[in-house]
Amino acid sequence: MVTVTHSGQRRTPKAAKTSSVFKKVVMAVSGIILVLYLIAHMVGNLKLFAGAQTFNGYSEWIRRIGEPAVPGQTVLWIIRVVLLAAVVAHAWAAISLWRQAKRARPQQYVARKQVAQSYASRTMRWGGVILGLFIVYHILDLTLGVANPAGHDSTPYDRAIAGFSNPLVTLVYVVALLALGFHLRHGVWSATQTLGQSNKTRERTVNAFATVFAVVLTAGFLIPPLSVLVGIIE
Amino acid sequence: MNLKLRVWRQRSAAEKGKMVTYQVTDVSPDMSFLEMLDVLNEQLILDGEDPVSFDHDCREGICGSCGVMINGRAHGNGLFDDHPQTTTCQLHMRSFKDGDTIDIEPWRATAFPVIKDLAVDRSALDRIIQSGGYISAPTGTAPEAHSILVAKKDSDAAFDAATCIGCGACVAACPNASSMLFTASKVTHLGLMPQGQPERNDRVVNMIHQQDLEGFGGCTNIGECSASCPKGISMENISRLNHDLLGALRAGARPKS
Repeated sequence: MVTVTHSGQRRTPKAAKTSSVFKKVVMAVSGIILVLYLIAHMVGNLKLFAGAQTFNGYSEWIRRIGEPAVPGQTVLWIIRVVLLAAVVAHAWAAISLWRQAKRARPQQYVARKQVAQSYASRTMRWGGVILGLFIVYHILDLTLGVANPAGHDSTPYDRAIAGFSNPLVTLVYVVALLALGFHLRHGVWSATQTLGQSNKTRERTVNAFATVFAVVLTAGFLIPPLSVLVGIIE
Repeated sequence: MNLKLRVWRQRSAAEKGKMVTYQVTDVSPDMSFLEMLDVLNEQLILDGEDPVSFDHDCREGICGSCGVMINGRAHGNGLFDDHPQTTTCQLHMRSFKDGDTIDIEPWRATAFPVIKDLAVDRSALDRIIQSGGYISAPTGTAPEAHSILVAKKDSDAAFDAATCIGCGACVAACPNASSMLFTASKVTHLGLMPQGQPERNDRVVNMIHQQDLEGFGGCTNIGECSASCPKGISMENISRLNHDLLGALRAGARPKS
């Protein structure tokens, strides 16, 4: 390699205050927390097929977990706070690394050809932005009900039916869930690497698992809204 | 064969550069890519123009001096299915067709400032090595080879990592301009050896710290580095670095600065 020593000491870039790998670890761990929640969320959604009473009852149960040992909604709020912290940590690490990457190559190539990157890995950052915006809409729609046709004093089942009967609403969900699928495809693999759990022999398995996991989770999330849209759930 | 070259010309780090088009004629398919650039430079010198600066040394694919972006790929790796991953000097003109247009650019990264044209300053990689890429074993007479045993699988993995020639293609190819594959290969190469154990924790912490200080980007495990590496260094080294770093941080190792 060429050794030129005239450049001397560089100024310390802001990024160096916290190690880039540490940020990646924050990203991986917060991602795992969110993924564990998503698995439970996806399974819970499938209860829409069991009818209004079961689904609303399930929704009520989530609010009562831990009673009477703890007051109502305690566990729910703990889950919400943990999720919010995970989302904030995930976004902080992502934005910070995004900025570091921008600073690392201010002058772009005139000609550029990528051969190894997947669609999933290329869209991690903007896909993440889409998911962030979607989560805000999703909470306004189905948790608070203020963005839902059935209104905020309706039952969870009514809100799901009212929302997903509208093709436009379902389209938003489909787009966001596909973005989630791609995000998970690269995220699962990347988190495994970041936490130092991959190697040459495991690499194929990890990547295959990431694909299967992303497909299963996305499909599991897509089935209820699409079933409402085509009238399987009414 | 006759070729149209679009070459990045930049007089110094301080000045702005641009792509300049040149025609080269009568290029032999047996020439290496660098010999083709030599032909261009002879022509430029005869025309009274400034020849194109580019780094090169051994021209045998082992020193890591040469390296340019060829049609958007580091060393041209990934452009040709029948061509093994190697360095720019080992790419031959038979891989191209008569009448081709070839874009030639320097490695682009904040940590690799352009010295002139296609030559960039890669001493950032040297400083990463200085921050931890060493062992403290006594040197002098060679020790008895059987006195320290190394598992075959470890010595193989360490040797694969040690084939890194520090050319910087990983940085050039990375969408984040990260030197993670380089640093990971150095950490693996020493960290798998018994001789590398005393500094193992400090090594990984300090090398990552230096890498961030130099202004490289962070790794997002995309894999362009490995696909561009003339030595085909595997992504598993990055996982091993991460594993070592987490262990070192748990053990209380902190970067010295």
